[in-house]
Amino acid sequence: MQDDVVIRVVAKVMIPAVMLFALYVQFHGDYGPGGGFQAGVIFASAFVLNAVVFGLNKGRHVWPAHYNLMGICGGVLIYGFTGVAGMAFGENFLSFNVLADDPIAGQHLGILLVEFGVGLTVAAVMVMLFFTFAGRLSHNRLLSKSDAHERRLAPKSSPSKEVTK
Amino acid sequence: MSAWMDPILGQWNYYLVIALMMIGFYAVIARGNMVKKIVGLNIFQTSVFMLYISMGKVANGTAPILTGEPSTVYSNPLPHVLILTAIVVGVSTTAVGYALIIRIQESFGSIEDDDIIAMLDDEEAPAS
Amino acid sequence: MSGFLVNASLIALLALIAILALRLHRLFAVVMLSGAFSLVAAAQFVVLDAVDVAFTEAAVGAGISTVLALATLSLVPAEEKPHSISLVPAFLATLTGLLLAVAVTDLPNFGDPKAPIHNHVAPEYIIGSEQAIGVPNIVTSVLASYRSFDTFGETLVVFTAAIAVLLIIGGYTRAPRRAKGKRKGSQDAG
Repeated sequence: MQDDVVIRVVAKVMIPAVMLFALYVQFHGDYGPGGGFQAGVIFASAFVLNAVVFGLNKGRHVWPAHYNLMGICGGVLIYGFTGVAGMAFGENFLSFNVLADDPIAGQHLGILLVEFGVGLTVAAVMVMLFFTFAGRLSHNRLLSKSDAHERRLAPKSSPSKEVTK
Repeated sequence: MSAWMDPILGQWNYYLVIALMMIGFYAVIARGNMVKKIVGLNIFQTSVFMLYISMGKVANGTAPILTGEPSTVYSNPLPHVLILTAIVVGVSTTAVGYALIIRIQESFGSIEDDDIIAMLDDEEAPAS
Repeated sequence: MSGFLVNASLIALLALIAILALRLHRLFAVVMLSGAFSLVAAAQFVVLDAVDVAFTEAAVGAGISTVLALATLSLVPAEEKPHSISLVPAFLATLTGLLLAVAVTDLPNFGDPKAPIHNHVAPEYIIGSEQAIGVPNIVTSVLASYRSFDTFGETLVVFTAAIAVLLIIGGYTRAPRRAKGKRKGSQDAG
């Protein structure tokens, strides 16, 4: 698909718009439809589009593999520590009233952090899923190539016969 | 309106959703192809979501986003919350299913379950 | 009455897509139909007032889920073995459907404002979302504040599923021993 001018230009215009929309959904989720789950998926779809149009290697270039685990674990940790912060201020786990001076401001802060954690985890998980599934194809090609190489190098006798017997 | 018609008129949505659910159920148990099983499972899952959301609907209600007018009737937000998270969890577990299908294809060279069962039987036959 | 028409026609469309997906043998078509199913289901959710759910279903079901299925199809055969209609599963599905339909007669009527589900905790959420939380979107306030334990659990399920996928197909796997043995055995014979 990298040769098609139309797809490349449209993708280049769309990707920033998709990411901006994801941020809008993430941070406007208090007031309209939206929230961390939707925003995470939309944010991930921008990277998926990038990888589909410009190839998996370029996609990996803008979102390296170690970002995945950092994002997945970081989101869950942000969520968990927001809960623990409530405990640190002398309330129950995941009670947001005490996070700020005023209970409503505390609730706002807590919801924002929790939704951010959810969004981070979901975005990283979705990008990771796509890269893993798409990377399997090249992994299998590589595997069959090295398998053929091994067969050429190996002496024709010993290990294979043991396996067949 | 006779008495036996009342539940049908009052609950038509549930019956339609159940019919849809059973199409997915049939796909899961009748088809041997694993990708098709997963698609059937998705149809089933979406029908269950629809059943939940139908229960949360209030007649003449509106979406549960505060309008500021005290007279507004809102639909029940609780099923929406449950299903919202269930959809994202559903796609994650579906991905695990697809990953298992890929591994099965790599080990057996097939994703039809009768082929795989035949292969396993062949392997066991000489040993027994 | 118009609600009935819109709802019933959307569900009829969904049933049509589901039956087509069931009957076709080309898996690419089946996967695309499953994406279309999710999109129509999202429209159905909007009709039922669940805007957040519709948003999620459109983004996840029609978007990411289809992409993942297409990525899977690049690795597995794209054609299903032809099957005839099997009677036992059809009978079982009909029987289960009938049982569920009998069970549904105990539910309150569709859209009934006096149903128990609308009178237990939901009014508290609707009032509390305005006064105690100050968030206009009730779904967000229930999701992130009232039921944040629940959401924490769901996030952990997503996390676990991601780790499971990484464990299954994420790393380097050796070629299967059985297939290798067979291939080499046939080569030796030939």
